[in-house]
Amino acid sequence: MEIYTQRRLANYVVVGLSLAATAFGLLFLVFVLGTLLKNGVGALSLTLFTQATPPPGSQGGLMNAILGSLAMTVIATLVGTPTGILAGTFLAEYAHGSRLGELVRFINDILLSAPSIIIGLFVYSIMVVPMGHFSAWAGSVALAIIMIPVIVRTTEDMLNLVPNTLREAAAALGAPKWKIVVTVTYRSAIQGMLTGVLLAVARISGETAPLLFTALNNQFSSSNLNAPMANLPVVIFQFAMSPYVDWQALAWAGALLITAAILVLNVGARLFASWSGLEK
Amino acid sequence: MNGSLARSMTTTSETPTQNGPAAAVTPFPAKVQIRDVGFYYGKFHALKNVSLSLRDRRVTAFIGPSGCGKSTLLRILNRIYELYPGQVATGEVLVDGQNILAPGLDLNLVRAKIGMVFQKPTPFPMSIHDNIAFGIKLYERLSKSELDDRVESALRRAALWDEVKDKLRQSGLGLSGGQQQRLCIARAIAVQPEILLLDEPASALDPISTQRIEELITELKSDYCIAIVTHNMQQAARSSDYTAFMYLGELVEFDETERIFTHPRERRTEDYITGRFG
Repeated sequence: MEIYTQRRLANYVVVGLSLAATAFGLLFLVFVLGTLLKNGVGALSLTLFTQATPPPGSQGGLMNAILGSLAMTVIATLVGTPTGILAGTFLAEYAHGSRLGELVRFINDILLSAPSIIIGLFVYSIMVVPMGHFSAWAGSVALAIIMIPVIVRTTEDMLNLVPNTLREAAAALGAPKWKIVVTVTYRSAIQGMLTGVLLAVARISGETAPLLFTALNNQFSSSNLNAPMANLPVVIFQFAMSPYVDWQALAWAGALLITAAILVLNVGARLFASWSGLEK
Repeated sequence: MNGSLARSMTTTSETPTQNGPAAAVTPFPAKVQIRDVGFYYGKFHALKNVSLSLRDRRVTAFIGPSGCGKSTLLRILNRIYELYPGQVATGEVLVDGQNILAPGLDLNLVRAKIGMVFQKPTPFPMSIHDNIAFGIKLYERLSKSELDDRVESALRRAALWDEVKDKLRQSGLGLSGGQQQRLCIARAIAVQPEILLLDEPASALDPISTQRIEELITELKSDYCIAIVTHNMQQAARSSDYTAFMYLGELVEFDETERIFTHPRERRTEDYITGRFG
């Protein structure tokens, strides 16, 4: 009986501590979101989407930054998704127990946790310096480099969840390996893999440090990918640090926009995963 | 290759029943000859010197306690073990006289002749129709109507057609476990193999589904050489013509099913089938 009481007591203590820790974490999340809403909602208006960033003291919006962020995210995704999926496929389907596979996985894990400012610095030194100027291309490359290890990891994990019996069943029919991967394994893992891509997009859409070194910023809307390009994170960085009240308001509005976009991406990824799961 | 030479060897049967009266009258030639086969999982010696023959249009059951090597033996017969590094088979497996363990063989063509069904149903994440068509399309370029005919005949042969004919475009994952297993059998026979390997095909199914699978096996044996691994002694007794009892990686006894279950020669066989261990 005494053991039982002790066990119950220990249970209460641990549950209590877990709840406290959860509340502590959530408190800050709510705090952040609350501050963002309080300062951002007031600055929201249609002109955000129709006008470029203004000089201090005049009217303006964030159109150039929004378009720039979209453009660089799209390019990074177009580069990063196939690269990441192919590398993840190599790790999960072809590199079992091989030295090369272990090496690639190890390097990928390092890349996954590399501070993004280092990636920015790296792209700065291999692209911006030789080219002689900041550019949207360099920004896209930096974002793609951040994105790839995330996609490699999720792709490998998702493919590893596909039961081997399914691969065996396809092999037993005489299907060649590439056909098994493309038609059977990918199909089983597709929702997890796409969820991974969406989460990677969410991850890069808020990155600031790598863009500071690469795309920098641009006062005007520009479609020239070979020139500096405005983007939300760097605009937020510059405007929030400025002494001008209207710039600060725009920074809050931009922060709210990014947060909302990431929220939509995350919720979308989740909905997508559960919706595809239901099809079974 | 050396097909003619090897083919002439098929006439010399090496099964233990060779000298018995049954062998003299059997119209069923040896389709698969397993000769001195061994198997290694890395350093672990999982199979030792196994030799037996599987007769065409007969059902051969592999029984034995867990870990005895019966599934391993089955997985050698279509070289599916090669998907994993570190697994090595030795000896010879002659299919119609050709050694399928020989290096340099086109593995996919070997597997086209040898269908396999697994313990857990393995429908591919695609429609019922596409599940069947997947294997067919690996080898043949057919028009849509020809393909549909082949899908239908495979599903009919696996006694599944009536249950799925109105939902061929729906996912194969939506079927019940028993239906999924018959879908897998249909998928295997759609490729028109000559040999069917069944690895505990009913052990994950309820009794009624199990019965349907057993009926199906009995029906299919008129066309195929069938090898089945089972944990279920009654199932082996009911649905097989020959039974191989394996223990600790060795073939202990191989004979007609009736003899194995009524007059086993080995003490270990008797102990196992009467439930004294396993």
